[in-house]
Amino acid sequence: MNPRELIARRVAQELQDGDVVNLGIGMPTMVANYIPSEINITFQSENGFLGLGPVPQAGEEDKDVTNAGGKPVTIIPGGACFDSAFSFLIIRGGHVDVTVLGALEVDEQGNLANWMIPGKIVPGMGGAMDLVVGAKKVIVSMEHLTKKGEPKILKQCQLPLTASKQVNLIVTEMAVIEVTPVGLVLKEIAPGLTAEKVQENTEAKLIISPELKVIEL
Amino acid sequence: MSKLITLEAATNQIKDGMVLMIGGFIDVGVPNLLIDALVETGKKNLTIIANDTGTPGNGVAKLVENKVASKVIASHIGTNPETGRQLNSGETEVELIPQGTLVERIRAAGAGLGGFLTPTGVGTIAEEGKKKITVQDKEYLLEVPLKADVAIIKAFKADSKGNLRFRRAARNFNPIMATAATFVVAEVEEYLESEWLDPDEVMLPGIFVDAIVKGGE
Repeated sequence: MNPRELIARRVAQELQDGDVVNLGIGMPTMVANYIPSEINITFQSENGFLGLGPVPQAGEEDKDVTNAGGKPVTIIPGGACFDSAFSFLIIRGGHVDVTVLGALEVDEQGNLANWMIPGKIVPGMGGAMDLVVGAKKVIVSMEHLTKKGEPKILKQCQLPLTASKQVNLIVTEMAVIEVTPVGLVLKEIAPGLTAEKVQENTEAKLIISPELKVIEL
Repeated sequence: MSKLITLEAATNQIKDGMVLMIGGFIDVGVPNLLIDALVETGKKNLTIIANDTGTPGNGVAKLVENKVASKVIASHIGTNPETGRQLNSGETEVELIPQGTLVERIRAAGAGLGGFLTPTGVGTIAEEGKKKITVQDKEYLLEVPLKADVAIIKAFKADSKGNLRFRRAARNFNPIMATAATFVVAEVEEYLESEWLDPDEVMLPGIFVDAIVKGGE
């Protein structure tokens, strides 16, 4: 299984029946493909609707229906549309149960950096700062290392933060790590890996859970 | 009296150096005809307030490419690399604001509020220069209203009173911006000459719309 699929499948297990969920653009979007059929999730799209559905067939696109990345999507029956102020009322007001976002860096205090690299890429934060502060549960889904093979889970984020101390869970192709008041707890590891191997690839100190187990998909 | 005006009459309302709000989210719900007409006029030194700066060759991106703005206030510029280039080279001033804060600042201006307190951005560079206020043991940033001289927005249907209906995710910033500008022009897909929108169907009351430009899709 490719790493991105493994991450998306594992994140999907975190979602519970009835949850309102906002998926970030990119890898987090893949999570929607792996929701068990018996579970009912309502996806929120911060550009202004609830009931985000699958990508339409070619030729079936609606010019007024895209995700927050501008890509064509659908609104499922039972969906609802609203303006941006109401959309962020939903987000900031704690009405989103789970948000899943990518990260450039995340650290042992649950700080997240995912919106800019000074002097290089400054795409802007979009809705990320509001989502991370407002959602009840914040899941970071990302590859464990940078393209250069450097750790992204750090003692302290170096890049400008998206939010301070808001991340609850980190899911990578190597591990599932929970952010707790005492530090990062390694809860699950990918098949074939050891806790030592995950620690070698992580700058922050990992506390190994007494119930450490292998990721089951 | 009909609110229908020509594109030329609409762009005549926009003067060099003005603050201009533009509705839309990436390529959805953007007043493209008005933007094209504005580019033609060769206006300069506008401050543009928009969620984003569109995609290359589309919408707000045309204004950026043609250097119509000396300053852009947005939440996200990642879908239009030219804005990032002009930011990094110093050609255009770009102020990035979290999306929920941006829309709420506009709403505050339209709603006659002196500002609002948001938890978004606390502990990040978004808090620079802002007053921090603690309410019930939680820290907030004081955000102030954001208004404009002119707003150009996009709607699905209008009646001769200027009542507007939006469609799907094309609502986004449009109705909010219409409350916070001195002069508001709506580009609409459908104009009802001699009938009215049902009052329950109206998403923005016509009192906020000074002029209407008939567009196509």
